[in-house]
Amino acid sequence: MANSADLSKGLPANPEKATLDGKNKFLGAWVFLAGETTMFAVFFGTYLGLQSGTAGGPEPSEIFQLPLVFIMTMLLLTSSLTSVMAIYAMKKNQFQKLKRWMWITVALGAVFLGFEIYEFVEYVEHGLGFTTSAFASSFYALVGLHGAHVLFGLLWATLLLVRNRNAGITLTNAPKFYVFSLYWHFIDVVWVFIFSAVYLMGIGG
Amino acid sequence: MVSEATNTRQKSVLWDWLTTVDHKKIAILYLIAGTLFFLKAGAMAVMMRVQLIAPEMEFISGQTFNEFITMHGTIMLFLAVTPILFAFMNFVVPLQIGARDVAFPFVNALGFWLFFFGGVLLSLSWFFGGAPDAGWTSYVPLASREFGGIGIDFYVLGLQVSGLGTLVSGINFIVTIINMRAPGMTMMRIPLFCWTTLVTSILIVFAFTPLAAGLALLMLDRIFDGQFFIPGEGGNVVIWQHIFWIFGHPEVYILVLPAFGMISEVIPAFSKKRLFGYTAMVFATLIIGFLGFMVWVHHMFTVGIGPIANSVFAIATMVIGVPTGIKIFNWLFTMWGGKLTFNTAMLFAASFVPTFVLGGVTGVMLAMAPVDHLYHDTYFVVAHFHYIIVGGIVLGIFAALFYWYPKMFGHKLNETLGKIMFWLFYIGFHLTFFVQHILGLIGMPRRVYTYLEEQGMDTMNFISSIGAFIMAAAVVILIINIIYSALKAERITVDDPWDARTLEWATHTPVPEYNFAQTPQVRSLDPLFYEKIHGNGKMKPAEPMDEIHMPNGSFIPFMMSLGLFIVGFGFISFHLDLFISPYIWIAVGGIITFGSMAMRSIKDDHGYHIPKETVEEMEKELS
Amino acid sequence: MAEDMEQPFEKSSMSNEEKRKINREQRVQMIAFAVMIGLTLLAFIAAGSDMLPGTFTIPFILLLAVVQLFLQLYYFMHLKDKDHGWPNSFMISGLVLTAPTIVALMLLIGIVKF
Repeated sequence: MANSADLSKGLPANPEKATLDGKNKFLGAWVFLAGETTMFAVFFGTYLGLQSGTAGGPEPSEIFQLPLVFIMTMLLLTSSLTSVMAIYAMKKNQFQKLKRWMWITVALGAVFLGFEIYEFVEYVEHGLGFTTSAFASSFYALVGLHGAHVLFGLLWATLLLVRNRNAGITLTNAPKFYVFSLYWHFIDVVWVFIFSAVYLMGIGG
Repeated sequence: MVSEATNTRQKSVLWDWLTTVDHKKIAILYLIAGTLFFLKAGAMAVMMRVQLIAPEMEFISGQTFNEFITMHGTIMLFLAVTPILFAFMNFVVPLQIGARDVAFPFVNALGFWLFFFGGVLLSLSWFFGGAPDAGWTSYVPLASREFGGIGIDFYVLGLQVSGLGTLVSGINFIVTIINMRAPGMTMMRIPLFCWTTLVTSILIVFAFTPLAAGLALLMLDRIFDGQFFIPGEGGNVVIWQHIFWIFGHPEVYILVLPAFGMISEVIPAFSKKRLFGYTAMVFATLIIGFLGFMVWVHHMFTVGIGPIANSVFAIATMVIGVPTGIKIFNWLFTMWGGKLTFNTAMLFAASFVPTFVLGGVTGVMLAMAPVDHLYHDTYFVVAHFHYIIVGGIVLGIFAALFYWYPKMFGHKLNETLGKIMFWLFYIGFHLTFFVQHILGLIGMPRRVYTYLEEQGMDTMNFISSIGAFIMAAAVVILIINIIYSALKAERITVDDPWDARTLEWATHTPVPEYNFAQTPQVRSLDPLFYEKIHGNGKMKPAEPMDEIHMPNGSFIPFMMSLGLFIVGFGFISFHLDLFISPYIWIAVGGIITFGSMAMRSIKDDHGYHIPKETVEEMEKELS
Repeated sequence: MAEDMEQPFEKSSMSNEEKRKINREQRVQMIAFAVMIGLTLLAFIAAGSDMLPGTFTIPFILLLAVVQLFLQLYYFMHLKDKDHGWPNSFMISGLVLTAPTIVALMLLIGIVKF
């Protein structure tokens, strides 16, 4: 059956898909992420539809700060790379490296989240509260939803790392690390569209 | 009794059902919960028909009528038909593909409990200042914070929780069908019910996520003063209509495709022929699934988004008639020249075909954007979608119920009572809804609680109400039938009482908890029928007899759902005057939910094994 | 049986050939990352400069975003690898469905008639 491991042969090249359980988790994660695309599409569409509904409040071009967004983008892109590195370490059965890359990913994500909170506080001080206008509501909903995903990902990764701090790479936790990295890349993809469609088009368009 | 589960023997009955992750037990939970919601929403329909039996009746007030139309629609779609379909999917799909369970048994249980608690949350609205009253579509501004009552909050949060359950179940079915098939069971050999389940689940994944997004926006608007749908603050009300129908139209196909699948199982079984045009059926299903996402604007023809957009969506809508027509002809050709047995299941399945065609024809009429301005918001629309939903989905469900009942419960339903029920239901249905086409054409608006005398509507409304009572009587007879059969019907001892074709009939009755002692080797479409003709009538095993790995039961799904229920109630209680602060509700519920999730994640659960000897013992006892 | 699932492995089962392949893949990922950084820089420069008209910037930025999307999905998330047929079909379906959703919510909201 798929529910056992042959320890003598060594870690399989794709440990995340070595068991039926792992295969199920892998496919389930992809299906979930595919569903998330349509959910984010609704938030993007709502934002783009309501972008001009500023109701006398601040407009996108008045409030967005490119340097801050650039730093945040670099942080998240780099964290995407570090989680790729973590997965390669996992495939090569290098547990310490896996842990190191994962913790770097978490740290980068946490800094990103810190900047996002700082950004929101800054905007509120400039008169863009959640209830100010339809533009404000839809901006906070979209970027806030992404932030909530980042937060969830951070908690997830931390729990995973703490739980498996001494476990080594097993056929039970390999799919979990892999699925987390898929989720993390997906968050990065969403951010690419947020900085393009929200920030850059809000300023340059 | 050995055939009762090996580990469940030590548990009390209640604890067993609360913690079960067995797909067959979850199916029965879905069936019972869905039936209760079905009866509740049906009772509302009967009361609405009493109100409309004569002009200017004062049986219920306009406000109550509004609450009834909203709850009738919402419950029927989200909490009655969906779970009943899930009941059959849960029970049948793993058996039909030769699997021991679904891919994620834990998630399966989670899906059920989320749906259940979401439904309870929605129903609580009756006790806290009235049910939602803005229609099942909950259009803004009628449902906005300015005009909508507290009931809308229950609608938003209740559907959010139960929708989450539907979503995770959908993901589970997709992975099950793709990854868990028995050896030899290729994608083009899985029964059509599995195909429709797969496509339905894909639609769920892509349609329920927009619904979750839309409900979140409405919640932010109503409870946290967001401005999405407030035109004075830059918002836009048409956005809600788009989001709702981006979900809402695929939802129709989410419901009707499994019914198509059920019909495609019942008709071949009682025609003694293989399904005509299996490949065409599969591709028709896929095309319907895809087009289902491209037509939502036909619900919004009268909004005024312009002639080009209306034309595009009108044409896309009419195109759906083509794959649906393929299906209709395939069912007809399956019956053509077959050895037909007209028992209750087959009566329902066969009557589905012409009834559904009627609904389809009015659908194409409604798809013509210019004349839609005449039909829009009249009883013509009501008649149309009831022909689809009752004439299509409910007839399919009844056919499936009579067909799979022996496998699920170990005895058949009484045929005499079943046939009485069929004729009452069928006649009652057409009496109720056929005249509503004409009522709509002479201008009776939907969702209005009364009408005036001498507008030519008295007689037809009277007929319609009488028809509704006959349908209600049919449902009562079904319940009598269920109780009567449970007490009196003889136990089924054979595996295959209908002499059917697909793999679920190769399991023992009652189905042991591991389904198949040895995973079967599939050699053809309709595998059991193939073995009856080319083999000895039994499935060939694909593996030697061995111990069987089973998942452990878990109470965590219940706790996670309970936590979300409390969170949902907390959000609603921003508008309630309770002595406990909403933040406390949200915090407590959040801790329960996320704590349960963390617990699940920290404690690895590898399930248990049924030893080989027990399996052999159980198999001997059952055969 | 089940206990094995919680046991770490002493070594990797990969042959030297496979190890070389995976190291090569890792280098490709680094290149993909460098390209992504470059694309991001380009997008920010295009948006930040005052010389370029909006009619050029907006489609340009969106094009860059789409290229990044494919780099992430096909390299970082391994959609290009074998055994990814189903994930590919689900992800592509999802992306196809986002287009009408976003277009409708942007354009068909009753302000301009089409």
